[in-house]
Amino acid sequence: MSHLTIPKTYKLYIGGKFPRSESGRTYEVLSAKDAFLANAAKASRKDARDAVVAARAAVSGWSGATGYNRGQVLYRIAELLEGRRAQFAEEISSAEGVSATAANRQVDAAIDLWVWYAGWADKYVQVAGNGNPVSGPYFNISTPEPTGVVAIVAPQDSSLLGFASVVAPALVSGNTVVVLASERLPLSAISLSEVLATSDVPGGVVNVLTGSSAEVAPWLASHADVNALDLAGAGALDWVDLQITAADTLKRVLPPEDGVPAPSVERVTFFTETKTVWHTKALV
Amino acid sequence: MTLTQPVTLAPAERAVQLIGGDLTEKSLRLHLEGLSGVDAVGLEARAADLGTRSIKTTSKAWALDKVISLIDLTTLEGADTPGKVSSLVAKAMTPDPSDPSTPRVAAVCVYGDMVPYAVEALGAAHSPSGIQIAAVATAFPSGRASVAVKLADVRDAVVAGADEIDMVIDRGAFLSGRYGEVFDQIVAVKEACRRDDGSYAHLKVILETGELNTYDNVRRASWLAILAGGDFIKTSTGKVSPAATLPVTLLMLQVVRDWYRLTGERIGVKPAGGIRTSKDAIKYLVTVAETVGEEWLDPHLFRFGASSLLNDVLLQRQKITTGHYSGPDYVTID
Amino acid sequence: MTFLEYAPAPESKAILNLQKSYGLFIDGDFVKGHGTSFASISPATEEKIAEISTANARDVDVAVAAARRAYDRTWSKLAGRDRGKYLFRIARLVQERARELAVAESLDNGKPIKESRDVDVPLVAAWFFYYAGWADKLDYAGLGPNPRALGVAAQVIPWNFPLLMLAWKIAPALAAGNTVVLKPAETTSLTALLFAEILQQAELPDGVVNIVTGAGETGSLLVNHPDVNKVAFTGSTAVGRAIAKSTAGTGKKITLELGGKAANIVFDDAPIDQAIEGIVNGIFFNQGHVCCAGSRLLVQENIQDEVVDRLKQRLSTLRLGDPLDKNTDIGAINSREQLERIRTLSDLGEQEGAERWTSDCAIPDKGFWFAPTIFTNVSTSHRIARDEIFGPVLSVLSFRTPAEAIAKANNTPYGLSAGIWSDKGSKILAVADKLRAGVVWANTFNKFDPASPFGGYKESGYGREGGRHGLAAYLQSSGWHDPDTRGLSSSRSDTRGLSSSRSERIETSPAKKPAKKSPKGVTK
Repeated sequence: MSHLTIPKTYKLYIGGKFPRSESGRTYEVLSAKDAFLANAAKASRKDARDAVVAARAAVSGWSGATGYNRGQVLYRIAELLEGRRAQFAEEISSAEGVSATAANRQVDAAIDLWVWYAGWADKYVQVAGNGNPVSGPYFNISTPEPTGVVAIVAPQDSSLLGFASVVAPALVSGNTVVVLASERLPLSAISLSEVLATSDVPGGVVNVLTGSSAEVAPWLASHADVNALDLAGAGALDWVDLQITAADTLKRVLPPEDGVPAPSVERVTFFTETKTVWHTKALV
Repeated sequence: MTLTQPVTLAPAERAVQLIGGDLTEKSLRLHLEGLSGVDAVGLEARAADLGTRSIKTTSKAWALDKVISLIDLTTLEGADTPGKVSSLVAKAMTPDPSDPSTPRVAAVCVYGDMVPYAVEALGAAHSPSGIQIAAVATAFPSGRASVAVKLADVRDAVVAGADEIDMVIDRGAFLSGRYGEVFDQIVAVKEACRRDDGSYAHLKVILETGELNTYDNVRRASWLAILAGGDFIKTSTGKVSPAATLPVTLLMLQVVRDWYRLTGERIGVKPAGGIRTSKDAIKYLVTVAETVGEEWLDPHLFRFGASSLLNDVLLQRQKITTGHYSGPDYVTID
Repeated sequence: MTFLEYAPAPESKAILNLQKSYGLFIDGDFVKGHGTSFASISPATEEKIAEISTANARDVDVAVAAARRAYDRTWSKLAGRDRGKYLFRIARLVQERARELAVAESLDNGKPIKESRDVDVPLVAAWFFYYAGWADKLDYAGLGPNPRALGVAAQVIPWNFPLLMLAWKIAPALAAGNTVVLKPAETTSLTALLFAEILQQAELPDGVVNIVTGAGETGSLLVNHPDVNKVAFTGSTAVGRAIAKSTAGTGKKITLELGGKAANIVFDDAPIDQAIEGIVNGIFFNQGHVCCAGSRLLVQENIQDEVVDRLKQRLSTLRLGDPLDKNTDIGAINSREQLERIRTLSDLGEQEGAERWTSDCAIPDKGFWFAPTIFTNVSTSHRIARDEIFGPVLSVLSFRTPAEAIAKANNTPYGLSAGIWSDKGSKILAVADKLRAGVVWANTFNKFDPASPFGGYKESGYGREGGRHGLAAYLQSSGWHDPDTRGLSSSRSDTRGLSSSRSERIETSPAKKPAKKSPKGVTK
């Protein structure tokens, strides 16, 4: 008797848990050959609202961890990805319609990108911060700190690598994120969430919404408790309108990019705020 | 510019000795503010270091028994009844029915109006060398009531037979800088502990360290409580988080050590709330021994305010006796 | 037995899997050394642990050649990302074998298991983790775009933090793209040899790291070898001087981390209980075998008596004894020689007129031990205020004003570290400004972190280990190319002994996977 499969249900990832959309809606995720792959949850504005609440609640813990600790946690994700590469490669193959070799190359690239970013957690401060030689008896130091909650529209045409390329850099400095996964290729994002849920990443640090970016993105762009907006994968949306909406609360906004954003430390420091502290110095 | 008249404080003996005859709120404040600061990082590191002591075999067995003998077995719920108190007392007298060698606890701790039921349940076991009755008073846990009400609370408990009174300081007054008020209230409570025969119920002063928030405040409040006449300084009511922690208890032990070196007088320390495991309790014993000395490992000078701790200690004791891990079915609920 | 005597709480040695004898680790394998082998003993019991090889001139030659070969053919061709992955593997393996390494370190060095377990080994893993992440980010090291590795690094380390000093040397060197020949101290070779096993488990390419055991002569042969590009030394100032002399004119890049006589300055507004802990930690941690130890207490005169009193009280709960007992605070002195030196200098202190106080500790019969000792009435002209004792001996001096404290603190040829204790921020920062010391600790002491640069001024050496600054020791700038002057001068040099390293951007096929080796240190 051959084995009858148990297809996986794909839900949202919010606050460390996997709820269905509060709207009850789902949508069909099709393979490159238009075969049915799964019903993914179709997130609503209320799911987005809940995700932001969860992300905000997680900021103090994640940003309060040492850089070393965040680096270790992120590195461990890469270890887990490495261990599950077969699962991810298979998912990429069927979703994107690419060969096993190409799929494995994408998994390699995602792992390497993740490791690269993990290694910045206890170093970016040394590159982006410094003492300042002010004219006067003052100790003066500038340090970058995480901005808080970052809403992200992930690249639309890449399942795993695109998702990793926008999530990892935001986490390095201690931000928490609400990510709109690729609408057409959402499954790898949820599988990666499963990895996050079984790792040391605290619940709420990463929150993943699947569904229509066009429907949900405006709610994140206007949300007063979101500090920054990464429009990397929003090229096909009315992204200028999103940027205009975000301007109401003076969010820090990154414009869309073609394809998958390359690893860069600027992607880490963009989501930070620089704090400069003065302290008097006197011997008498 | 007008200088306000200095507020004279009640002449508590220790304060007069240390600060001088002109005991006013101002002189008290100057003294408290002149105390050494506390570096929190260093204090917490020292506490963590004490927590790495490895207490094994004979030391562990001794420590477990000692922990039990230092427990104020506590029930402080709005839903307390005579039946509940009776059950608690029975547990205090016979912590482990399966092992008669188990020591008794130091005291039971209940609300003032439950004292008569504790007295009745203890019967002959209630004696100076037996199990004591501690009553919380002074509008525990918040302390937010008039002084008259708080003193009446104390007197009722003493009359009903309480050996010890656990009072709360007025944190509102402390945090707004009215040290004199806090001081005078403690002095008044101490007086309310006086019995007709001239003896006094022992006074424990709860600082509620979780609300005082900074270690500098805890140091000042500890000194204030001692100067005003407290016999024990106690960390918490157990109703506010954080309750007792190892660093805060270490700090209070350091104050008690300094007072002893200064005057030769011994003050007791009671951490209360949040100490649930034997492992944690033993860290406290180590901290006491290495800060003020083993002499303080005595019910007259150190208590644990705890309820669920006792069962965890009993489970550990059972493992030592039987050689295997025990379980909740083998210890009684009270 | 009173409670404070604490029942024995021994850490088991069963976790160790030691060989009777160890060879040298060259080119990915353990090979026999051709010098006279020697015994490594436990300083707590004087029992033999293992037989250690000595590398003679020929062995050192072979090791350097292996490092050069590995550099030319393998390591310089690897992408930084892959170098980083090897370092991440090493960090993880250290974490996995942490308990074993801690026990071995305490056995061989004499330091308490509490310290090797809670301080040394975790820092070792952290050091490798930290530098693993730099391997593919060297453009950000502050040396311009595309800085070059130096080539082969010769590294000689001391006996006080054997595995940690090894990590401080190897991690940045490898991250920056260099290969290494390292010589551990002769009294503490064990954890370096266990580390070699870890390198085999990590499948680090052959020859990237080579470990040659031996004494001073082996070290000298190594640092003076003509085919090394870089020398890194941690140890005594005397040997550091010798190295600086013998390498003069050779073009080798040098970093030295030498001795110290640090001042721990306690002001009258210090948080007093934490200051006492800081003083104790400053000089008695690791039995005082710490280059940055707070060996001079500079206490404000108006609180001197109180501080000394509290200090003596505090020392009464320090436990001296078996390093493998989890409750031991003060372990064994590392060697008979070191014990003699401490004794000699302490006796000298008494002769000079200082007042000696020793804490009351039961001393075991066998092994090398020295009870914590405090000298009061010490003046700046006493030798115990100037010479590094490198043992659990504190010299107490006083001062009246911040300016005087600074002057006394700086009045030494050394300049490694200093401590400041005060509740006043402006004073701390102003004093820190004026102290001529490479590491200043305020309201704390003996804190180390791979992200934090460490190193000395003056005769305490030069160069920094740790942090972004720690990379500079192992890299050189490829030059900032100004388009207008391109072609006018070359930043490269052809002098023999200098590396002509490749750009680390060359992405060739991954390093050939070495054949699986047995991880045990069996001599061939």
